Amino acid sequence: MRSVLKKVSLSAALLTAAGSGQAADTIKVGILHSLSGTMAISETSLKDVALMTIEEINAKGGVLGKKLEPVVVDPASNWPLFAEKARELLQKDKVAVTFGCWTSVSRKSVLPVYEELNGLLFYPVQYEGEESSYNVFYTGAAPNQQAIPAVEYLMSEDGGGAKRWILLGTDYVYPRTTNKILRYFLKSKGVKESDIYETYTPFGHSDYQTIVKKIKEFSAGKPTAVVSTINGDSNVPFYKELANQKLKAEDVPVVAFSVGEEELRGIDTSALVGHLAAWNYFMSMDNPQNKEFVSKWKAYVKKNKLPGGDKRVTNDPMEATYIGIKMWAQAVEQAGTTDVDAVRQAVGGQTVKSPSGFTITMDAKNHHLHKPVVIGEITPNGQFDIVWQTEGPVRAAPWSPYVPESKNKVADWTYPWICGNCTEPQAGKRKSLAH
Amino acid sequence: MASLKLFLLGIVICFGNPAAGTEADLSVAYQKIASGKRPQIKKALKIIVENRAGEYAGVLIALKESRLYFRDGVLLIRDNQGYHPWPAEMTAPEGKPRRIRINNSLRRSLNRTLGFLQIYSPDPALRLEAIRLLGSPRDPVVRRNLREVLEKEEDADVRHALEKSLAMVDLDSDDSMDQLAALQVLARTGGQDAFIRLKQMQRSADTDPLLLPDLNRALQKIDMRIFLAKFLANTAYGISLGSIMLMVSLGLAITFGLMGIINMAHGEMIMIGAYTTYVVQTIFSATLPGYLDYYIWLALPASFLVAFLVGIVIELLVIRHLYGRPLETLLATWGLSLILIQTVRMIFGAQNVEVASPSWLNGGWEIMDGLVLPFSRSFAVGVSIIVVLFVWWAMTRTSLGLRVRAIQMNRDMARCVGVDARRVDLLTFGFGSGLAGLAGVILSQIGNVGPELGQGYIIDSFMVVVVGGVGNVLGTVLGATGLGVFNKYLEPFTGAVFGKILILGLIILFIQRRPQGLFAIKGRSIET
Repeated sequence: MRSVLKKVSLSAALLTAAGSGQAADTIKVGILHSLSGTMAISETSLKDVALMTIEEINAKGGVLGKKLEPVVVDPASNWPLFAEKARELLQKDKVAVTFGCWTSVSRKSVLPVYEELNGLLFYPVQYEGEESSYNVFYTGAAPNQQAIPAVEYLMSEDGGGAKRWILLGTDYVYPRTTNKILRYFLKSKGVKESDIYETYTPFGHSDYQTIVKKIKEFSAGKPTAVVSTINGDSNVPFYKELANQKLKAEDVPVVAFSVGEEELRGIDTSALVGHLAAWNYFMSMDNPQNKEFVSKWKAYVKKNKLPGGDKRVTNDPMEATYIGIKMWAQAVEQAGTTDVDAVRQAVGGQTVKSPSGFTITMDAKNHHLHKPVVIGEITPNGQFDIVWQTEGPVRAAPWSPYVPESKNKVADWTYPWICGNCTEPQAGKRKSLAH
Repeated sequence: MASLKLFLLGIVICFGNPAAGTEADLSVAYQKIASGKRPQIKKALKIIVENRAGEYAGVLIALKESRLYFRDGVLLIRDNQGYHPWPAEMTAPEGKPRRIRINNSLRRSLNRTLGFLQIYSPDPALRLEAIRLLGSPRDPVVRRNLREVLEKEEDADVRHALEKSLAMVDLDSDDSMDQLAALQVLARTGGQDAFIRLKQMQRSADTDPLLLPDLNRALQKIDMRIFLAKFLANTAYGISLGSIMLMVSLGLAITFGLMGIINMAHGEMIMIGAYTTYVVQTIFSATLPGYLDYYIWLALPASFLVAFLVGIVIELLVIRHLYGRPLETLLATWGLSLILIQTVRMIFGAQNVEVASPSWLNGGWEIMDGLVLPFSRSFAVGVSIIVVLFVWWAMTRTSLGLRVRAIQMNRDMARCVGVDARRVDLLTFGFGSGLAGLAGVILSQIGNVGPELGQGYIIDSFMVVVVGGVGNVLGTVLGATGLGVFNKYLEPFTGAVFGKILILGLIILFIQRRPQGLFAIKGRSIET
């Protein structure tokens, strides 16, 4: 009897050892992207590029001598399901880190889970800012690394000297917040209220006749630019309507923040030449790192026979995913462990030579990347010609200095601030770190 | 001789005297373009305008279309065969040429230059296009030349456009006679831009008071025209939205309206139609690339047929066993819709597929200033009219239609007189599904084709059928166009999001007042 008990307790001890990940010979990595539903159009590629990067790291011997083991889940473009799947990844699969989310609403949905369970999330998409979490690293652009420079470019003589502005978006948190920031910014530049027209459409809207007509009317008389935060597949009918109504980029340029090479894949772009997009990376960038990145991606698509074949492209969020995974792997090597607290300290200050041609640094204070800002014009073959870019990487400002309620806020996770959302240092004031 | 000429040219360039002669100027322009730098190219465009150098039109068009390259001071135009030096007698330089990248600002200058060169074209259509490209030019050289062209111009449309183009700038003239003439032209031709400009003049203190009566008259006339254009535009957009709603709900009007089946998989029939279009297009581009523009004529019957067959299979396997049990039908068809979505996702992938419209469906008619009717939407309106006529004919003039109506009114009695109800049900359901497949062809031309395509339309189509009156095809037609037009009149005031909410709210009120919809069936139906 005693021997039986002994055996049971022994095997239980073994099991816990295995469960804690110490004895396991792989490190589990969560991938949380929608593979079905409206956002599948954009997020599927991020899952693919994440798997490619993990494969690449494994081919070089993995991290800490262990192979990375991807755990792919599908939250199906369903925002509450994101939180459920995140909890499953952290508690059941015990992943060391998660790479995932696209829409801001999905990120907001998983945020409490990562903060409660002290997980680690790398978020790869440009977003509206006004947020900073101890548990999230943002590898996409904050508004001052995308939206604001794009608008400044359109105001400049080279960009057309726009005087009137149409802020057009899908009706949810990202476009609304971005447009709020842009409104404050435009006003600070002396643009009158009557020269700004803001309008929204529902997710999946497909009839843009009235809106394009309105753009035409509004743009009569003064140079006008459209800032589009339309997300997902609604962009296709919007751009088709622009082409049908012969609204050319020379007359009214449209700058989009959620349209990249991947979204243009389904559209005949010959009528859209000259419309713009602002990102931190374009597939057409000419540098050795990008050549390598693109050829790796093409080879990966071919080897795994991914749908789309040789029409598959690279884009900005894919590059951000790639940078994020590399940085995390470097940080784990440096920390010598996958422990979240140790890795978090090590991620700050990591650098990666990125496909944008610059050496990208993770800011230890605000958990955002320093990124170059690049503005491109659509070409007839669905790519972008770069017409403007910053000299070097720009530091992110998660809290916009143009919005009165957030301009004094500081995101700084180092001593003595230790806070993502405060107006004064918090050292010694609080115990909890979550918000 | 030629070499001597080149030699002389070289001397002129070397001594840098741009005023010496046209050819020297132009060779400077050539070098500036071949530098590949945007500010230099802008200067070159100026020289080209001053010299009215029509021979540069081809190069500038290539530049605008991103087909112009340069290397070692030589310009090359790329086409399908490769790079060709321009002018043709130049020898191609060694090495890979670089593409000249342009931006919107340069594109605008290019348009003005091209417009200016094209204004001398013998073709009136090209001259009209040229004026559109020119806009309202402020450059005095261009304006002087345009006035000369205007004096000799014989084509009425071109005169009209040219006068308008010149008038916009003449408003700023110091001479009030010029201003008066401009006002009279704009009263006849002006649009939104003229309206805004004149409003500014009206408010401005600098405006000559003598001009005010003419100014006010012009404003009134333009205002009338804008109002008319808006009215026509909203009606046209409403009809086009209505025709889409009609197409997506016509099939449902038959399966739900006539047969009483709550078919939640209706949207997936539309999706299957759209995917069939995609397959037909892919087959065309693989086997008959020369006829790619006509694939849609095969896609229409193919989509109908595929959706018809899928409908038949669904009827045989599922719906047949659930007649008279609406709740079970609802759940079963909803489950079916999920199966169909997932099946398509497994075959074609979760990503949207690309359905390119035939080239003749791109673009649109400019009916009047500010009102463009896109061809793709007009096509949708045309197809929906034909389909409605076809349905009307099938329902009232064929023996199948007679049987369908008989069964709808009194199933038992119809069976007593020898109507094979099961067979009729089968065919009717297939017919309804086929119509949904046709809607898929139309939707593939204006929106995205993805596995969830149908989900976005199922609510709209039920809405149309319920408002129109269950069991009545005419009601569906009026319901769809009515909702479409109403929606489009509402949208400019409320915005797309609130407009949609408002419409749903109004429909609830309407159904409360009139549960039977716009048209109720009058008959001796014993089931109701």
